[in-house]
Amino acid sequence: MAKSIDVSDLDIYYGDFLAVESVNMTIPARSVTALIGPSGCGKSTFLRSLNRMHEAIPGARVDGKIIVDGQSLYDPGVDPVEVRRMVGMVFQRPNPFPTMSIYENVLAGLRLNNKKLKKSAADQVVEKSLKGANLWNEVKDRLGKPGMGLSGGQQQRLCIARAIAVEPQVLLMDEPCSALDPISTSAIEDLIHELKSEYTIVIVTHNMQQAARVSEDTAFFNIAGTGKPGKLIEMNPTKKIFSVPDEPATEAYISGRFG
Amino acid sequence: MSTTTQAPRGSAPTRVQSLQRPRLPRWAPLLVALGAVAGAALLGLLLGWGLLSTGFVALLLFVVLMPVWSLVVENRRAAVDRLMTSLVWSAFLIALVPLLSLIWTVVSKGAPQINATFLTFSQFRTDLSQPVGIYHALIGTLLITLGATVIAVPIGIFTAIYIVEYGQKGRLARSITFLVDVMTGIPSIVAGLFAFALWILLFGPSARAGLGGSIALAILMIPIVVRSTEEMLRLVPDDLREASYALGVPKWRTIAKVVLPTALGGIVTGVTLAIARVVGETAPLLLIAGLTTRTNFNLFDGRMTTLPVLIFTQNANPGIPPPSGGEPPGIGIAWGGAFVLIVIVMLLNLVARVVGKYFAPKTGH
Repeated sequence: MAKSIDVSDLDIYYGDFLAVESVNMTIPARSVTALIGPSGCGKSTFLRSLNRMHEAIPGARVDGKIIVDGQSLYDPGVDPVEVRRMVGMVFQRPNPFPTMSIYENVLAGLRLNNKKLKKSAADQVVEKSLKGANLWNEVKDRLGKPGMGLSGGQQQRLCIARAIAVEPQVLLMDEPCSALDPISTSAIEDLIHELKSEYTIVIVTHNMQQAARVSEDTAFFNIAGTGKPGKLIEMNPTKKIFSVPDEPATEAYISGRFG
Repeated sequence: MSTTTQAPRGSAPTRVQSLQRPRLPRWAPLLVALGAVAGAALLGLLLGWGLLSTGFVALLLFVVLMPVWSLVVENRRAAVDRLMTSLVWSAFLIALVPLLSLIWTVVSKGAPQINATFLTFSQFRTDLSQPVGIYHALIGTLLITLGATVIAVPIGIFTAIYIVEYGQKGRLARSITFLVDVMTGIPSIVAGLFAFALWILLFGPSARAGLGGSIALAILMIPIVVRSTEEMLRLVPDDLREASYALGVPKWRTIAKVVLPTALGGIVTGVTLAIARVVGETAPLLLIAGLTTRTNFNLFDGRMTTLPVLIFTQNANPGIPPPSGGEPPGIGIAWGGAFVLIVIVMLLNLVARVVGKYFAPKTGH
């Protein structure tokens, strides 16, 4: 069920401002692809364009093609809501719905889309998703409690459980660990390892060790200066990027000599 | 203290800077307050001042004495702090005076009027010996305010949703915001005239109905509801909207199931406060809903008395004082009506608080 993503000649604009220029890449299915690069280089913008989330920002638009499973995401007839059902997303800051309990948060994607579920089926989805997010053992006795009562790391795993409960084919993660302590980070990295057998995962991270630990492929984005568009500099298997990258700019960034 | 500071190794012994400063004792403000009240009372007794001027002099004495003492014992910064604190407290006390005086007057004059007859009889009677009450006005107020709420709340909330969720700072949304602000300043009599004109154009010159009053009150309520709902919707973090979109939830369902529930506590509080604000309106209702002594349950036809209108008319035409002396009967009815109105507004405020707390997003463990 996991799908690969083909991106060709993608330009992303905010109004007249060209934020990301001519990206070409193929993101393989059932593996983890990490996006690294300095702040403001367009990693998050690129990630959000993969499920048309950047359209939530007024004035944002794209040129070029993103093809998932043979379908172009930006064809005129494509419904962005359907795209987001296929391509799930986890955000930088944990954002469980404050009015809902843990149980309701996991089911939010189904319930908010008015899917009728029997109690037993709903219980099953909740248990499967929470187990999938390595959270079940910690919360199984307090499923009725508010999701906001959990710790930051638990909230982030709750958000992952919520994202996988709708069974997307691709999971996008925008710096999912940047607000978390090392222990929660390690829990989420373990989770990413388990999830990649079923999902295509794209993760944005500022932590290069994390990129090296969790990903099969790494894409390095860079920006020539403020006001210039971000560009994809290099995409290669993670091992190669961190040992013998093709581009000198990549090596400079990874070894700490920027620019 | 038994501990001593060790001089850092290899450097000249440094002078230990003392952190101690002379401070006024904690009971100093209380002492000054007592002194100021005593001094003002003494002066007042000697010179024959009234209660109000004595209180004012006491406040003045406190505001002067407290910083001066502080300046002598403590330092300049502390003295300025004392001065500002005294000013803030004085402003608070002065603001409290009319409120307490008003509540005290209404309760002391209105509460004795309240009994079962007063609350369950209308003013309609066929013989002077029959008892009268404010039942008709109570029903009128409740029905007309309910009608206004039913009209104003959906319009207000949907307007706010448009402004925050769909307008996105476009020209239309900005001009709506501007017009809503203008509407906030509409004098209530103008809203009443609008409803009056509307009613006459629709149903002829002699038409009167409670619903016309509801329309007038709704015009006054809508801007309040829009404003408070708008503020509440803006407080909902964009993270939640994005989280919902990322789950493949359409925008309208995100608004209905995520944004509105998150803001519900604040919205309900805003609506209740808007109701409390218009429940005491007199001018528009005097025009359009009119006056009657009978109880009218039909919002769509016939005159309807409301509490504020009853208070106004009873006060203006209190009737003939009883031969045994004392106040005319209308005065007592007006005070009783005022008391009931204040109780209604207070209950609404309490309900708003409870509801706001109940619907607030839960963060507990």
